[in-house]
Amino acid sequence: MSPESHATQLVVVGGGPGGYAAAFLAADLGMQVALVDPEANPGGVCLYRGCIPSKALLHVAKLIEESRLAVNWGVKFAEPKIDVGKLRAWKDSVVGKLTGGLGQLAKQRNVRYVRGTASFLDSKTLSVKNQSGEEKLAFEHAILATGSRPAMIPGIPQDSPRVLDSTSALELADVPKSLLVVGGGYIGLELGTVYAALGSKVSVVEMEDGLMPGADRDLVNVLAKRLEKVFQSIMLKTKVVEMKDADKGIRVKFEGEGAKNGEQAYDKVLIAVGRKPNSNVPGLGNTKVIVNSRGYVQVNAQRQTTDPNIYAIGDVAGEPLLAHKASHEGRTAVEAIAGHKVAFEPRAIPAVVFTDPEIAWCGLSETEAQKQGRPVRVAKFPWGASGRAATLDRTDGLTKLVIDPETEHVLGVGIVGVGAGDLIAEGVLAIEMGALAKDIELTIHPHPTLSETVMQAAETYYGTATDFYRPKKK
Amino acid sequence: MATEFRLPELGENIKSGDLVRILVSVGDAVSQDQPVLELETDKATIEVPSPVAGKVREIFVKNGDKVNVGQLILTVDGDTGAAKSAATTAAKPEAAAAAPTRRAEAPASGTVKETPAPGESLGAESRVQAEAASPVVVPLKPVTEMGAHPLVPAAPSARRVAREMGVDIGAVHGSGPGGRISAEDVRHYARAALGAGEARTWGVAAPSLPDFAKWGEVERKPMSQIRRKTAEHMAQAWANVCQVTQFDQADVTHLEEIRKQYSERVEKSGGKLTVTAIALKVAAAALKVFPQFAASVDMARGEIVYKKYCHIGVAVDTERGLLVPVIRDVDRKNILQLSIELSQIAEKARNKKLTLDEMEGGVFTITNLGGIGGTYFSPIVNYPEVAILGISRSRLEPVYIRGQFEPRLMLPLSLSYDHRLIDGADAARFLRWVAEALEQPFLLPLQG
Repeated sequence: MSPESHATQLVVVGGGPGGYAAAFLAADLGMQVALVDPEANPGGVCLYRGCIPSKALLHVAKLIEESRLAVNWGVKFAEPKIDVGKLRAWKDSVVGKLTGGLGQLAKQRNVRYVRGTASFLDSKTLSVKNQSGEEKLAFEHAILATGSRPAMIPGIPQDSPRVLDSTSALELADVPKSLLVVGGGYIGLELGTVYAALGSKVSVVEMEDGLMPGADRDLVNVLAKRLEKVFQSIMLKTKVVEMKDADKGIRVKFEGEGAKNGEQAYDKVLIAVGRKPNSNVPGLGNTKVIVNSRGYVQVNAQRQTTDPNIYAIGDVAGEPLLAHKASHEGRTAVEAIAGHKVAFEPRAIPAVVFTDPEIAWCGLSETEAQKQGRPVRVAKFPWGASGRAATLDRTDGLTKLVIDPETEHVLGVGIVGVGAGDLIAEGVLAIEMGALAKDIELTIHPHPTLSETVMQAAETYYGTATDFYRPKKK
Repeated sequence: MATEFRLPELGENIKSGDLVRILVSVGDAVSQDQPVLELETDKATIEVPSPVAGKVREIFVKNGDKVNVGQLILTVDGDTGAAKSAATTAAKPEAAAAAPTRRAEAPASGTVKETPAPGESLGAESRVQAEAASPVVVPLKPVTEMGAHPLVPAAPSARRVAREMGVDIGAVHGSGPGGRISAEDVRHYARAALGAGEARTWGVAAPSLPDFAKWGEVERKPMSQIRRKTAEHMAQAWANVCQVTQFDQADVTHLEEIRKQYSERVEKSGGKLTVTAIALKVAAAALKVFPQFAASVDMARGEIVYKKYCHIGVAVDTERGLLVPVIRDVDRKNILQLSIELSQIAEKARNKKLTLDEMEGGVFTITNLGGIGGTYFSPIVNYPEVAILGISRSRLEPVYIRGQFEPRLMLPLSLSYDHRLIDGADAARFLRWVAEALEQPFLLPLQG
């Protein structure tokens, strides 16, 4: 039986937050659109195995933590009993609701959702295979949005059920007594936080000299202080040199500053050492698309690949590997295909670590400014001086602005503290709008909220913060 | 896995070049930094090195093509070594700046020919042979990534307006606090640019060419990159500068005696004591007294740019066309040093060894046609400079001095200047100053 043949103006390969944003906008602009993905509904890693399920679990983790802290405020709860099955079902229901909603939105927009795996026959044709058969899909333009997958480290017993990656960790098969998290980046710390709250003894091992390599140290230090209490141990400048699957757990040998003598045994090990782009799309060699040495598809400012018919967005098109960057790229690519003069040129892409406290930053970080040798002035407002933080009993926070000393433009914003991920949006807007520190200082912020700390940081720049005395610099 | 090689940034304001020849063929192994193509840009021939090692998989350009920065040149099948070396390139740009390997490794020109377009083969080939004799010119740092967008203080909506209007937002002057650029600033800039464009074609759109063949045989040849660039630059200068030429003459009888007297000594030091070398020194002194002649006009910002340095360009006639190498810090060198440097740089220009750097940064230009002949002429101001001094051949003329005619050696001087910045009286004063300095060499140390 020869495969069914279809034709479409635009096909989007991959239904994650980049892919469905692109497909939906293209439909809204009047294009005939097909969206190809192996899952039942759009959503991709973000909704099925990433942002969304992890945030659902982190919400629960935070609730558990707060119920324990409540004793300080005169409220004592009994130690929580955790029904892992029910928790898992709730998390899955959140995922189901959101992905189902996306399926509906695709239908309403007449986006043809093709479930299956795509391979390129040439620069104008895809073949999509699924259980029920195969179809040929001719297209005028394609957008590659195939995302990324967890990176693995060589020499570990990958097939062991005791070795988890972010995907299997989010499935929440059980709550292990002890968990080793390999990698002190955001994925490891978020998932480590979840498992620690659910009762696992969590250890983290990181090769670099601090958690969250690359982020500003003053922000990370606030988080690290709290994580030291939550986690059993944090081993820095330490490497895993051997990992063996034994009867009663995984036996791990370390090397480096935090290494303990002999082997350590863990019920489970979570590998969270980063993600790899899914650029090994079948048949990509039949097109003129070029993949660079790091595995990312090469694109220009419009996200067009070296094959003029094909665009690439999201994780597969380069760093940072973030859902909101993918969505924005998806919209840029579609507008470019529609003939608009656009480019992907953000001045700031926010990054958020949903630990407790959260860390969020955007634009130029202090670390990056130092690396570039670019003179900046940094204005900080410690949350110890925030009324709202005090009422939450969460003064472990800091809001800082990275400011151009000549023009007073806000170049970067960094926040650590509860809700930092929501607060950072103001910073992104400030940078995109070319706001001056003065603009933020002169904008009335609601009292008493944590958002005030952004304004208060700007006030400290001018040495006139109401709630925080810092002598003026000459 | 194939790594693509795109034409890297070649230098400021260079967007494209003519591909003189490709130095590798499909299947060749290339090492990192090995030159893979030779490009004739504005005014220099450049060898472009490969940023990665590996085997050439496919070549997307052919000899004679005009290639743009960012254009795909070829793909390289990298082994693991290739990926590694690509990574080192990115990590250590200074290592990549090392001089490229000499051309010895490159195949002879005959074997690299990539089926040139019909009718082009002859020109391309003869050019290849001509080029083969000349040595390597400019080593380049490979640029791995496209340049990031500069942090321009403009809201996303304003940036989009700029993109839609085809305006480079980096060039727009922001009227807001801290130089913030509004959408209105972008529109204002576009209107101003459009206005300038209208002025340029003001009344004289070039009519289409007639069919010359109906009057006899014709032959069409492609313009060389230098010719094209010169044409563009001259047209731009002509359209943007309000040019006026002031004439004067200097009695150089005395100077000529001194010149002859010292020319042997200078020659021994490796230079040639020419009128141009002396004029350089005089011009440098004059520019100190009249700094506006070394300035530039920034109409967009309504500012005059005064330069605190004194680099002077000297027009050099070469086989390939007009080149203007720039002599640095003329004010800090004596005539002997200038004579030597002038001989060297003119030689370099004729041997195609001039680098782009050596042709940039001038504040004023001198063009001496005296070697050929003629009296006065009106040189075109070398935009964005505002003045150019033309020198013609000196000749004996009867000059009425103290009641009688005396034979004096007179040097014709022509100063073209930008009337937007320089008034006629100032131009007359400037040129008189120059003439007097040539007449009375002692004035130079006295006043200059």
